[in-house]
Amino acid sequence: MSTVIDRSQADFHRLAGFLPGHQTPWIADLRARALARFAEQGYPTPREEAWKYTDLAPLAGKHFQPLATRDEVVARVAIDDYVLDPQWPRLVFIDGYHVPALSMLPAGVSLAPLAEVLAQSPDTIKPLFTASDEARGFAALNTAFMSDGLCLRLTPNVVLEQPIHFIHIAHGGARPAASYLRHLVLAGRGSRATLIEHYVGEGADAKAGALTSTMTQCVLEEGAALEHYQLNEQGLSVYHFSSVHVHQSRGSRYVSHNVQAGARIARSDLHAVLAEPGAQCVMNGLYFGRGRQIVDNCTFIDHQAPHCSSRQIYRGVLDGESRGVFNGHVMVRQDAQHTDAQQMNSNLLLSDDAEADARPQLTINADDVKCSHGATVGQLNEDALFYLRARGVAAERARAMLVQAFAADIVSHMSAERVRMHLDALIAARLGR
Amino acid sequence: MAEGSNLEHLIEREYKAGFVTDVEQESLPPGLSEGVIREISRKKGEPDFMLEWRLQAYRHWLTLREPTWAHVHYPPVDFQAISYFSQPRKDKDRPKSLDEVDPKLLETYEKLGIPLREREMLAGVAVDAVFDSVSIGTTYKAKLAELGIIFCSFSEAVREHPELVRKYLGTVVPQSDNFYAALNSAVFSDGSFVYVPKGVRCPMELSTYFRINAANTGQFERTLIIADEGAQVSYLEGCTAPRRDENQLHAAVVELVALDNAKIKYSTVQNWYPGDEEGRGGIYNFVTKRGVCRGANSHISWTQVETGSAITWKYPSVILQGDNSVGEFYSVALTNNYQQADTGTKMVHIGRNTRSTIISKGISAGHGQNAYRGLVKVLKSAQGARNFTQCDSLLFGNRCGAHTFPYIEVKNRSAQVEHEATTSKISEDQLFYCMQRGLSREDAVSLIVNGFCKAVFKELPMEFAVEAQKLLGVSLEGAVG
Repeated sequence: MSTVIDRSQADFHRLAGFLPGHQTPWIADLRARALARFAEQGYPTPREEAWKYTDLAPLAGKHFQPLATRDEVVARVAIDDYVLDPQWPRLVFIDGYHVPALSMLPAGVSLAPLAEVLAQSPDTIKPLFTASDEARGFAALNTAFMSDGLCLRLTPNVVLEQPIHFIHIAHGGARPAASYLRHLVLAGRGSRATLIEHYVGEGADAKAGALTSTMTQCVLEEGAALEHYQLNEQGLSVYHFSSVHVHQSRGSRYVSHNVQAGARIARSDLHAVLAEPGAQCVMNGLYFGRGRQIVDNCTFIDHQAPHCSSRQIYRGVLDGESRGVFNGHVMVRQDAQHTDAQQMNSNLLLSDDAEADARPQLTINADDVKCSHGATVGQLNEDALFYLRARGVAAERARAMLVQAFAADIVSHMSAERVRMHLDALIAARLGR
Repeated sequence: MAEGSNLEHLIEREYKAGFVTDVEQESLPPGLSEGVIREISRKKGEPDFMLEWRLQAYRHWLTLREPTWAHVHYPPVDFQAISYFSQPRKDKDRPKSLDEVDPKLLETYEKLGIPLREREMLAGVAVDAVFDSVSIGTTYKAKLAELGIIFCSFSEAVREHPELVRKYLGTVVPQSDNFYAALNSAVFSDGSFVYVPKGVRCPMELSTYFRINAANTGQFERTLIIADEGAQVSYLEGCTAPRRDENQLHAAVVELVALDNAKIKYSTVQNWYPGDEEGRGGIYNFVTKRGVCRGANSHISWTQVETGSAITWKYPSVILQGDNSVGEFYSVALTNNYQQADTGTKMVHIGRNTRSTIISKGISAGHGQNAYRGLVKVLKSAQGARNFTQCDSLLFGNRCGAHTFPYIEVKNRSAQVEHEATTSKISEDQLFYCMQRGLSREDAVSLIVNGFCKAVFKELPMEFAVEAQKLLGVSLEGAVG
């Protein structure tokens, strides 16, 4: 593993003078400290409990280099396939940098590429970086190399009618590229918005691959509501690591729709802190595995205050030799009475070589709570298949229908119709064979 | 608050089995080394292979570190401060029958409410009582011997049936399995050995009472139960220990082997000294229990009621190797005051059409911390495997904790695995309903708790079920949240 550390340090010395915010001492310090923390351990290994089922050994021999500047981005990419709705405001990024020519920014909203904010008014977002100053592994690497991202600031009581569509394309030029994205969402009191993070692209070529690392930090003030989609449809040679940190105040509502349908290894971390009474947190997850994919979902919901609720439903469909992991942890702190927390994970194994690992965990330190969790692993219902076959539905089609129904439990909770349609098409294409 | 004072009143109740019997002990000085192990082996008159086996385990143990992953907290154990062997005096002229047993020991059992002779006559239970480390009385042996069943102390088995011990010892829990299993393999003092020959159905429940008596003595039992093809046996294990301020380490190993069509049922009621209301003292119970369903259609069932010990670290497991084999785990774990329990099971499905059921009920009160930790693993070969897991927790008071850490790993698509868990407290509605019908608050709670645990209690043999209910009542009465 030392080589990974060496390469990261070499990259850092090469790039430090170019990365956004390098003129600002606290940002330069933040990056250097983060790199030092990464260098202590390198990539996480399966010996760590949180990475028990995901071995990053395939990554060790690869060198994904971050691009130094926006100018290196190859801008000639067709994005029509990725645009879900042409009316939606969108930000398009390629290999870690914003491409203004492809984007369409909304009027009257404080929405800007992070690189711009880091260069022009870094002190306005300084408090948001204190939390990431302890992280290790990928989070540390992300802090060291973050090149750009999205910075959305909603003033009190602003309601965004249309979702903001963020598209990241792992394109890669001559060499395997690494992208380190950092998003900030500050939802002011009573504001309301929908954010769609969408990750696509194959990298330079199927052999070289790419690495996409993304971190999103959401702060929801009193009564704010955020619907947050993360759609990962990257190519099978891409390594995708995403983590989201949410901090919720009184009466706020955070809804996550997390769809992992791409990448050789996809790892998604979701961490929500329910800090004040009445906060609500919903996490819906849907993951598909095929080929030799590994999809690893790790969630942590921290109930710190009374009268909060959380709901988690994660569903996995695993085919080929893929492996799906759900590692969900609900923590109820001592004073978080009247917590209502539910957690459910279901897995469908479609092939003999697929594997599902579930680890739903509850840590409960208050007595007046309603907490439950469950996990199942199984295959398609034989009776249901028989029923459809008996009515003349072809075997393939019957299977596809049942998988669609299985996924519908997650998809139907999404309020953006365009996303629902997109996912239905994706499932149909996957199972149509 | 009426409930509050009730709780205090009952929590102050002293541990009922807390007394020390004044019998002279012949102990080794504290400390662990190869010399100590040789001495233990020599005192027990063991054959060479046994000594060699112990030394192997000890050398491996030296390379291991104490595990820290469990959800329990305690000061580090000084393994050199423990005396690894103690036995009641007069070990040269062992009692041949109960009449020869030291009356003081019999008195101890009387106080605990397990009069051996009465049991012998009335209950028809064969009791192999372990007082500290050496068995002192075995009943019904002759009767069992007629059927070819071997039921004796482990030391005796090593001397009388070395071929069986050699064949099976360490095949389920190897010496190198984990830190405490390695320690146990090196220094185990005594325990029970059961062999049920082909096609024999053991006509009575086999039972052992363990009791830790001498201060500063870790007790390291080793139990091995083998059910040969078509055999059936039910084994009961129950424990109490006198109160004492210093923590005592208890690291037992239990191995079960079930061959084709065999069935083993292993029941435990554990009521060791849990420490006082401030969390001082109490037993550290770090146990490795595992059974292997080696043959087709074999069946292993674990039932446990854990109300004692300051810290419990215990995962009775089943390796489902034979086709169509069945593993079961039924558990009630209660933690009160400052007790901590990290307990659960592992079900490893290897054979085709293997089935497992896990029912775990955790009850936490006071500052108790109760964790279920379990693994259900379905290997690729386990076509048609089936698992059902249910873990429920009941909480009393806002300073206790209930945690669930299940691990589910499935590599076969024809497998069906289900896990569900809930956490709640006794609802005011339920209490109101019962009290409206004339039950006192305590009786109502007891009724509800017993209902909560019923799925487990019904798996216990009759006498044990009664004892378990009583135990739960004593440990919890009045702790209404």
